[in-house]
Amino acid sequence: MSNDSTAKTLIVATLLCVVCSVIVSWSAVSLKPQQVKNKKLDVKKNLLLTAGLVSGNVNEEEINKAFKSIETKVVDLATGEYADINPESYDARKAAKTPGKNHIIPAKDDVGKIKRRAKLEKVYFVKENGETKMLVLPVVGKGLWSTMYGFLVLEPNTVDVKGLGFYEHGETPGLGGEVDNPNWKKLWEGKKAFDANWNPALKVIKGQAPAGSEHEIDGLSGATLTANGVTGMVQYWLGQDGFGPFLAKWRAGGSN
Amino acid sequence: MSVKKAIFSPLFENNPIALQILGICSALAVTTKLESVFVMCLAVTVVTALSNFFVSIIRNHVPSAIRIIVMMTVIASLVIVTDQILKAFVYDVAKSMSVYIGLIITNCIVMGRAEAYAMKNGPVMALLDGIGNGLGYSIVLVFVGFFRELLGSGKLFGITIFQTINEGGWYMPNGMALLSPSAFFLIGIFIWGLRTWKKDQVEESN
Repeated sequence: MSNDSTAKTLIVATLLCVVCSVIVSWSAVSLKPQQVKNKKLDVKKNLLLTAGLVSGNVNEEEINKAFKSIETKVVDLATGEYADINPESYDARKAAKTPGKNHIIPAKDDVGKIKRRAKLEKVYFVKENGETKMLVLPVVGKGLWSTMYGFLVLEPNTVDVKGLGFYEHGETPGLGGEVDNPNWKKLWEGKKAFDANWNPALKVIKGQAPAGSEHEIDGLSGATLTANGVTGMVQYWLGQDGFGPFLAKWRAGGSN
Repeated sequence: MSVKKAIFSPLFENNPIALQILGICSALAVTTKLESVFVMCLAVTVVTALSNFFVSIIRNHVPSAIRIIVMMTVIASLVIVTDQILKAFVYDVAKSMSVYIGLIITNCIVMGRAEAYAMKNGPVMALLDGIGNGLGYSIVLVFVGFFRELLGSGKLFGITIFQTINEGGWYMPNGMALLSPSAFFLIGIFIWGLRTWKKDQVEESN
């Protein structure tokens, strides 16, 4: 059979596609458990890094050890009450996509542009000798290209920011991707999350924030839209449709 | 062509980046840190070698009308497998390289070698040619990565060599070394050095 006949062309193309797809699917399926494990560990690691509990290169053992000081609870965002659910098995990202378990965000409140979120969200409490030292809130927002997933760490008074960090985003490396830049992340520490009337006030602005500014964070050059996304994200999750009710209860009751 | 020539001639005599001017974009993108340079070099070398090998095995059966698509399918499959393996075993590095591993598919060296060499030669020689060209690519990347990381952040493999001013030292890092244009300068210097050494690579002016 000539190589250039139609039959041969079809046979070669079909065979090649079958062989290649088998190899690709085999590798994707067989390596999946390891990848999922890495991903979970990476989320934990980023949480710890954002909270400043670990630094630099840490291995699995150190991460799990440091994570022991963290208590996780599941919170019903509408009421701000704790929900009686095992946080280990609860996956908020999955719930956000499941009808019935998710909450469609009203357009006027949707400053983070994520359209829907889970009804229940995890909150992490960093404990030291039984006392809560920091609150870690998972935050999600739309950047320029991608949905950004990260953590916002607050002092127990819910006003002072300890840090912000992302564990997953697909922003342009070098521009929007600079949200991962340690020097920029450092700017968040010590800012005030709320103004005097308890409205979310954090804002990434264009250019440099004036010295001593309580709520404004320097912009990232070449990444205005990503920065707007970060602002929207933080405003949403600290607002009334986000963790607002929970934080108000926390402030009122100490440990509510 | 001898085994020795297949492996060593792409290093300096027929370097894919310096002489053939292929694969420039990834040489700009991933060379800010030596760690990612090494992962990228390894990935490209493995993909080039294996794609050459497989294309060469099936070369006598590939209809010429669809040969480019056949090569592309082989290359794309290999790149996806490589990406999966990296994500499973060196997650941090794979994450920091983000899209660039996937973009090996578009690296002209891989496709160029499959078309120019593997379609005309036996599997073993094609494999060696792939390794050789991967190494040729690696030499330039390591050269560029070495200077970019050292001048841009005062480090090598993340270990501080020059203490930067921000960390209380004396070295004022060269911010431009971290941006893509610096890779152009470094590749230019590399090519200049190479052509001063091997005069036959100099193109004749009109």
